[in-house]
Amino acid sequence: MGKTVLMQGNEAVVEGAIAAGMRFYAGYPITPSTEIAEQSAVRLPQVGGKFIQMEDEISSMAATIGASAAGVKAMTASSGPGFSLKQENLGYACITEIPCVVVDVQRSGPSTGLPTSPSQADVMQAKWGTHGDHPVIALSPSSVRETYDLIIRAFNLAEKYRTPVIFLMDEIVGHLREGIEIPDPKDLEIINRPVKKFAKQNGLPYHVEEGEWVPTMLPFGQGQRYHITGLAHGESGFPTNDNATAGKLVRRLIDKVEKNYDDIVQCEEVMCDDADVAVVCFGGTARAAQSAIEQAREKGIKAGMFRPITIWPFPSRELEALSKKVKKIVVAEHNDGQILLEVQRVVKNNCKVDFVGKIDGSVLTPPVILSKIEEE
Amino acid sequence: MSTAKKTTETKEVKKAAAKAPAAKADKAERTKMEIRLTGSGGQGVILATIILAEAGIEAGKYVAQSQAYGPEARGGSCKAEVIIDEKPIGFTKVEKPTFFMALTQKALDQYAPGLSKHCIVLLDSSLETPECLLANKVYKAPILESAIKEVGKAMTANIVAVGAINAILNLVSDEDLHTAVMSHVPKGTEELNEKALKVGMKLIKK
Repeated sequence: MGKTVLMQGNEAVVEGAIAAGMRFYAGYPITPSTEIAEQSAVRLPQVGGKFIQMEDEISSMAATIGASAAGVKAMTASSGPGFSLKQENLGYACITEIPCVVVDVQRSGPSTGLPTSPSQADVMQAKWGTHGDHPVIALSPSSVRETYDLIIRAFNLAEKYRTPVIFLMDEIVGHLREGIEIPDPKDLEIINRPVKKFAKQNGLPYHVEEGEWVPTMLPFGQGQRYHITGLAHGESGFPTNDNATAGKLVRRLIDKVEKNYDDIVQCEEVMCDDADVAVVCFGGTARAAQSAIEQAREKGIKAGMFRPITIWPFPSRELEALSKKVKKIVVAEHNDGQILLEVQRVVKNNCKVDFVGKIDGSVLTPPVILSKIEEE
Repeated sequence: MSTAKKTTETKEVKKAAAKAPAAKADKAERTKMEIRLTGSGGQGVILATIILAEAGIEAGKYVAQSQAYGPEARGGSCKAEVIIDEKPIGFTKVEKPTFFMALTQKALDQYAPGLSKHCIVLLDSSLETPECLLANKVYKAPILESAIKEVGKAMTANIVAVGAINAILNLVSDEDLHTAVMSHVPKGTEELNEKALKVGMKLIKK
């Protein structure tokens, strides 16, 4: 650990991404994510990387996928309106199994909404924004330090599972400055995608070895030619209309994430061991919830906090266990009830589920959450 | 199709044990500084809070700095905040300011209703103090005028303000404050900003 430095959440995205090996960024600036583009433009040339401002978010997503297909760890960032535009190509990255990280610093919507106001209303878009059944990994940090660590994890998971990872931030953390100690690079675990030459020039790039989850084709430009397509494909990489082949592909794409739940899903429980009431929240909202549960405990209410760090897949198992111990769960989020749906699905009738949300662009404060905790 | 086995290791859930609630509420209130600086976009109040946050880190404290402004970068009302505390900070926004500054009448009129009688207020001398202003103490200082007449550059008003704020609150040592200012001003403006900081400190009579 080095010296403590003052850093903004958006800056921590870039610094962490570079530590993870990011060497390409394509984007189109939009508040409240703009500092990610600005900082990438400054920092990437310093480490031999490339920054490019594209004409829009659609091409930014395309360029990010293209760079990664050539073997370079790549990222793009946006906010809600731009995240909407990235959805089509996001699906392309899913089916072609090209790793990349897509940051969405959420702001109030719909449409261009409130550009500088916080929101967390892209939770379901992160899961279902791109069409079709597909794998989704989404992570959400609640402090500047966690942003640094978690963006590294986003790259690691993208590489390991060869899939886009969505980094679901909010304005609260993106524009927050805190003191953080930057970890020593040698203490970081960095994962690079598995690559192996396939047997012969016209081999099977999308062949998956027994016991593995993903193909190991070389990046473009390293001597072996192959075909990449957004159409359903078999091991050859060429399009097919064969139902069995298509079904097998989509099944594997979903399973490589869902069946590795234990490796991918992270959550945090704060003061939950003896809790009667648990606040479920994520991202920047956790900061208000943290203060709210401390204030509740000062009043003699046993309150705790359950925070999904991995939003997708949702930490169902841990929440289910908790719902059997507490009397009430309060879901707090800056939207009209999105994580709430997951909580209700998991908790069923194990305990009461209450909700407190925000859709006007203002910030959920500790007293508002506290009064929900106190409600009978 | 792959047949990789699902890992069977027990999953580690990050757990923070139940801590004793923060010792005494009144004590916590004394150590936690909630600072809100307001003005017009372009006056540098955000940078002023960043510098105060940097100084807080130099002094070994926890800080959380944030801001709110409209889509327009210049001209609109701007609110910037920094919390400086001895212990880790939960909620990152200022709830009850312990210190408030306004550089424009518009910002003062807009944000004054959020103040309480525990708050220390610093206003630019050009502002009219609202009759209903709730405050523990109100300082008035010619921040904008001093930047123009004494420092020689209107845009140093935020650094003048930083000097005045630390003179009122004694947040950090003069040395830590100086380091923080120097690490955030553009190269070539060090002397000018050093002067602005000194002018600001002198605006407040000890």
